[in-house]
Amino acid sequence: MFSLILSTAVRYLFPLMLLFSVFLLLRGHNEPGGGFVGGLVVAAAFAFYAIAFGVPAARRTLGVDPRALIGIGLMVAVLSGLPSVLLGLPFMTGLWAEPTLPVLGKVGTPLLFDVGVYLAVIGVMLTIIFTLAEE
Amino acid sequence: MILPCFPHWAGEEGIGEVSTVAITGLERDGMIAAIFSGFLLALLAPTVVRLARRQAGWLLALLPAGLTLYFARLLGPVSAGRTVAVSVPWVPDLGISLSFYLDGLSLLFALLICGVGALVVVYAGSYLKGHPHLGRFYLYLLAFMASMLGLVLADNGLTMFVFWELTGLASFLLIGFEHERESARAAALQALLVTGAGGLALLAGLVLLAQASGSAELSTLLQNGRSLQGHPLYLPILLLVLAGAFTKSAQFPFHFWLPGAMEAPTPVSAYLHSATMVKAGVYLLARLSPVLGGSDAWHYLVVGAGTATMLLGALIALWQADLKRLLAYSTVSTLGALVLLLGLDTVLSVKAATLFLLAHALYKGALFLVAGVVDHETGTRDVTRLGNLARAMPVTALAAGLAALSMAGLPPLLGFINKELLYEAKLQAPRAAVWVTGAGVLANVCLVAVAGTVGLAPFLRRRADLPKKPHEAPPAMLLGPAVLAAMSLLCGLFPETVANSLLSAAVSAVRAQPTVVELKLWHGINPVFALSVLTLAAGAGLFAARDVLRRAGALGDAVGRFGPQRWYQGLLAGLNGLARAQTRLLQHGYLRLYLMTVILTTVGLVGSALLLGGGEVRPMGGLGDVRFHEWVIAALILLGALMAVTTSSRLAAAAALSVIGYGVALIYMLFSAPDLAMTQFAVETLTVILFVLVVYRLPRFAALSGRGARVRDALVALLAGGLMTALVLIATSVPREPHLAAFFAQYSWPLAKGRNVVNVILVDFRALDTLGEITVLGVAAIGVYALLRLRPSSHPR
Repeated sequence: MFSLILSTAVRYLFPLMLLFSVFLLLRGHNEPGGGFVGGLVVAAAFAFYAIAFGVPAARRTLGVDPRALIGIGLMVAVLSGLPSVLLGLPFMTGLWAEPTLPVLGKVGTPLLFDVGVYLAVIGVMLTIIFTLAEE
Repeated sequence: MILPCFPHWAGEEGIGEVSTVAITGLERDGMIAAIFSGFLLALLAPTVVRLARRQAGWLLALLPAGLTLYFARLLGPVSAGRTVAVSVPWVPDLGISLSFYLDGLSLLFALLICGVGALVVVYAGSYLKGHPHLGRFYLYLLAFMASMLGLVLADNGLTMFVFWELTGLASFLLIGFEHERESARAAALQALLVTGAGGLALLAGLVLLAQASGSAELSTLLQNGRSLQGHPLYLPILLLVLAGAFTKSAQFPFHFWLPGAMEAPTPVSAYLHSATMVKAGVYLLARLSPVLGGSDAWHYLVVGAGTATMLLGALIALWQADLKRLLAYSTVSTLGALVLLLGLDTVLSVKAATLFLLAHALYKGALFLVAGVVDHETGTRDVTRLGNLARAMPVTALAAGLAALSMAGLPPLLGFINKELLYEAKLQAPRAAVWVTGAGVLANVCLVAVAGTVGLAPFLRRRADLPKKPHEAPPAMLLGPAVLAAMSLLCGLFPETVANSLLSAAVSAVRAQPTVVELKLWHGINPVFALSVLTLAAGAGLFAARDVLRRAGALGDAVGRFGPQRWYQGLLAGLNGLARAQTRLLQHGYLRLYLMTVILTTVGLVGSALLLGGGEVRPMGGLGDVRFHEWVIAALILLGALMAVTTSSRLAAAAALSVIGYGVALIYMLFSAPDLAMTQFAVETLTVILFVLVVYRLPRFAALSGRGARVRDALVALLAGGLMTALVLIATSVPREPHLAAFFAQYSWPLAKGRNVVNVILVDFRALDTLGEITVLGVAAIGVYALLRLRPSSHPR
């Protein structure tokens, strides 16, 4: 099934959605947003892409096995809790770098944790969606 | 032979006080290092075996040998009445610390564990030479040694429990070491289940004990003495602790796992199931007897179980033909005797138990190792086939002979002194001394016959029918039996050396008061000596008649048929049957019924809680302040719901459901919860996509449910909806905890550098919860993947 309208729309929407998801992820700490919803938006973008161009194309564009993303995300989330342990603080105590970066804003371990959530959610959703779509 | 106990001690401390003068810091830290070095070496063992191949056994034995020396060095200070204590905080919130405590009793066990351990490690290197999993074997064996050390040195009750369970786990792995054999796996599981169940009882007992006494440290309990015995929890504590001790030490009716455990390689049987682990239960009884012992309940339960086990083990041993099973049942009998002695709870009986512990470890360890040698060199363990080995294997024969004579209780071996002391203790038993002594004589008569069958007959008998031509074993396999047998002789010749240092300290610890043990090899002709002679004579007669007895062994089979082994099998089969039945009942595979079960259970539980506990619904204001666009959204949601239940198209139903979802998201939006709304929108979108992917290829509903099913479903749906409505109304009626919201609002920025409270909670304040949630999500995704992809390959994708 090929739909010209859908594929044209997805061609424009796809990069926009990805950008938007990063925007959501980064602003999450101060404004509505965050890693969870950002990950969902990425998943939605790839789902549209898969419907428009097929799952193999979507997988190629993603470049990583979504199952691996689950693991990577969980690992990043766990790792973000370790720096505080090295400093003798309880696991997952938030640590923040003093200078503020231009685009990212304040950088700290909670942001890293949110990135982990973001990746894990993408992995979870796309594992399910791709598997179902390939059925 | 034994003088009355005179508490002549170094200091002026009152009775029941054990001096706790610290030794040096080095020695204290050494204790922790001693325990954990074993675990470390266990991890390294496979590598050592790979690198050192032939010499691995000798190399690995260096650690237990070194530890033996370390503990031997503590002998002086400990026998002078000192104890070593060290404590490291572990779970301070629960009052659990990694605390260790060494007194005479711990030291006796530690020396046995490390000393016999070193010999067994050397022995195993030769016994299992070339075995592909020798590294793994050493890993288990050394882990066991470290766990056992931890168990006898632990001060904190829960620390002890952890090590207790670790020994059970190591035992499981070692019994099932030859896991290709069904019988080894079954025996391993049996041992694990029986001792594991007892372990759980022990845990409960220790927790209750800590609650009742206010301290989980055994050393504190010991100082408080028997003050607990009037406590209402005393009987439950006693029963639970005894359940743990009896299962571990194979007391009737839990004795059956021990003969089964002979599936393990022989070094394991010698080490775990004779010299050390099975004595953990005896250790526990001895350790806690200053606290729990002496009551009527203690006396009847412990003496009763001990006597039954002692007799049963000795009698069953008579008609065994397999060397290891002979030894296993005689070990059961010995464990019974030890428990019996601790139950009597007199100074004399504790002395006898302590000496017996040592004497038994020496001769039984030697005999087990000899059994391994014989099996290894002749290819059989059947005593009806073995014979005439003395010429081919002189060293083995000598070690076996000495050990057997010690077991039979002949002078000048340690076993002789031990038997005299046993009889003396039993004759002076506080209750039913005649019966206890009679039972002891009967059991010992059987054991004399067993000792002859195991240690003398295979070497001296004329007839033989061997699968292999026997040779003397290699040195590594002779070292263990030789050293242990020589110790039996030396300790028998110079009993006062052992008595003054090790045994006095151990007895003092068990009695919780300074006690001196004096042992002499010869003390003249008296009733005890007469009993000894009688035992030997009767035992020799029984030994001569052993073949006749074994042929008439149908009685033994009958015991096996109706004995506890059968109860165990029945219980296990029943458990499996129950699991199968409930799986068939609940896991039927109908998704709608699963849903209904979940919903109805929730409605039932929550609903009944609401009805009983009662949440109050505050009367709401009228609907006057609901604005027009809110009405519109509500109508939209209702229409979506109506559409979802009435449509006959799957796709339409999915779309209608998402209308509801978007409507709810709009409500979030209106009531200023943008984060929730955004997430809801994203989730709804993805849900629709998922539905479309699944539903797209499915046909229209083939058959709609019938009238009855619809009425039922409607009722369930109404119940669920009603419950949720009630919950929401109640939740909004309860005044919210103001300080929570205030806390997050106040600290979100200063503590977590974020203004979005929702996200700050997710990634900072409660990040651990979030980590758990994404882990669950990941597992769910893998589950979906597995369900869809990993189907039987006959089903084309």
